Amino acid sequence: MSKKAFRPDVNAPEWKGGHSPYDIIKEGSIAIAVVLVLTLILSTVFGSPDDPAITIKSWSTAAPVDFATTALSELNGTSTTATYGAPYDNVPGATGQILGPLRIESWLGVHIPINTAKDFVIGPLKALPGQPALDTGLAAWANAPAATRTAWLASYTKASANMKFVDNQVVVNASNAGPVPLMITDLTQMARSGALDEALLTGDSFYTTNSTESLLFISDGGYLAQLAQNDHLTGSQWGMMNETGSWPGQAWLWLYTLLYQIPPYNNSASGDLEVLATMLVLTAGLTLMPFIPGLRSIPRKSKVYRIIWREHYQNQKKV
Amino acid sequence: MGSFLFGALINLNHPDHYFQWHFLGISAANAIVIVLMVATFVAALLLPFPGRRRRKENQ
Amino acid sequence: MSTSEIDRQWTTRLRKRTFGKLPPEKMLPDTQPSYVSSWIYVFGVATISSIVVVIGTGCVLAIFGPQWWHTSPEGRFVNSLHLWSVEIFFFSMVIHLWGKYFMAAWRGGRALTWITGMVLFLCSIVTALTGYVSQSNFDSQWISTQAKDAINGSGGGAFFNLLNGGQMLMWHIVLMPLILVLLVGVHVVLVRIKGVVPPFEENAGADQ
Repeated sequence: MSKKAFRPDVNAPEWKGGHSPYDIIKEGSIAIAVVLVLTLILSTVFGSPDDPAITIKSWSTAAPVDFATTALSELNGTSTTATYGAPYDNVPGATGQILGPLRIESWLGVHIPINTAKDFVIGPLKALPGQPALDTGLAAWANAPAATRTAWLASYTKASANMKFVDNQVVVNASNAGPVPLMITDLTQMARSGALDEALLTGDSFYTTNSTESLLFISDGGYLAQLAQNDHLTGSQWGMMNETGSWPGQAWLWLYTLLYQIPPYNNSASGDLEVLATMLVLTAGLTLMPFIPGLRSIPRKSKVYRIIWREHYQNQKKV
Repeated sequence: MGSFLFGALINLNHPDHYFQWHFLGISAANAIVIVLMVATFVAALLLPFPGRRRRKENQ
Repeated sequence: MSTSEIDRQWTTRLRKRTFGKLPPEKMLPDTQPSYVSSWIYVFGVATISSIVVVIGTGCVLAIFGPQWWHTSPEGRFVNSLHLWSVEIFFFSMVIHLWGKYFMAAWRGGRALTWITGMVLFLCSIVTALTGYVSQSNFDSQWISTQAKDAINGSGGGAFFNLLNGGQMLMWHIVLMPLILVLLVGVHVVLVRIKGVVPPFEENAGADQ
């Protein structure tokens, strides 16, 4: 029977040399103590960030025109969420992110159903008590044929390019817009009072920890992104690696973040999926390194090991 | 007393410095972390490990 | 009861298998091969020590609930401890990875040790992500609304909803720590069973 050839990048020689006393429990205890002390020092010196969450109230107070414009886009179905497709809504022609023949996102379908007009605008407005004019407007909206609603929305959307916020009122010079101006104005007031935060969060239940609707609505606007831009957190600013303020962030995401800056990822509609797929392939390569000839030879050929085990090699030479 | 004992000594609650070269960009904080990591790795390779005489005796 | 009946019991078979592969003197050895003589070797135990501090500080945060650290200076300090121990954890783990790579530590039947280590790295990133979106502050809002597109694009968004704070918190404090601790256990046991990888032989065999 032939002996299998020794492959230095796969096999390891049998150690026939000596052993030295080594106190593993003591080493572990010292390591925990050192890490604890280092953590205490770093925390005392640098602390940690805590930029408060924005609310729909704080958003609509700071940027009422941005809020009202976003509310309009939810109503007329042009917002990012309204046109997203799976897992939020069935949008004809929306494939989601694709990778070659793979359309996993749209194949899996809608699992978190959102109807932006109903859930973000009409539903919350209906919950407002004692609003006869609004109730009349909402009834007109509900009873109008689809073509009429489309015409109202088109008229208001065209005029909203010159939207202003004056004396606590959304001002849009639109004609033949039906109840749309009232709905947008009242939703903005509702937002500025804090009631819309509550309506979107606790809609069906007292206890909830699911902020999906609020977060989708907020991220459809420009305010959140502007704050992120100020903090260097956006994709093109290497934001995935960064933390708010001057704290260190997630340096281990350097390669993931780098891919977003270069073609084809940086101008692809499926950029997220392409970056993820690339990272999965590279990570699989690193994970399966023991089985990849050539790559697994780099440690031996680079000779960095001669520094790590220099004492061993020196002793061997003397023997 | 809580704020005195548990507040940070150095205030990092302000925008960081960012280094930009073409499409490469990094915050000062992250750059420091990465430089420290490389330096620590090199130091770990080069610094002598205690117990050399004991290991020689056990060869 | 006959001996063969006892030998066939699940308990007996498990005990013999476990202690056969990993007797106490191998699980907790009092010596190491003489070639274990570099500071690079401490970064594995440094990584584990960091996990201990991360989980410990996480437990303190759990005692008082997820909103405590926003309103209490003591809570904010414990949050800082949690953040910085995570930074030290990734710092140590990456250096440990670099060291093990240049030692080609997968040699001699140690491929599974390497693989469990890489899987641990990935799981740590997922744990960190669920942690960042559980902060209940502006950072959580931004990270969750941005990262959701990658998760959705891969199909994961159908059941892993970054915008669902309650779900993300439970993944972060229950599921991911369980997975991590289990994997760390397997990783360390493998190192104990196989021993620390020996140095390359100088004048070794043919190239791969």
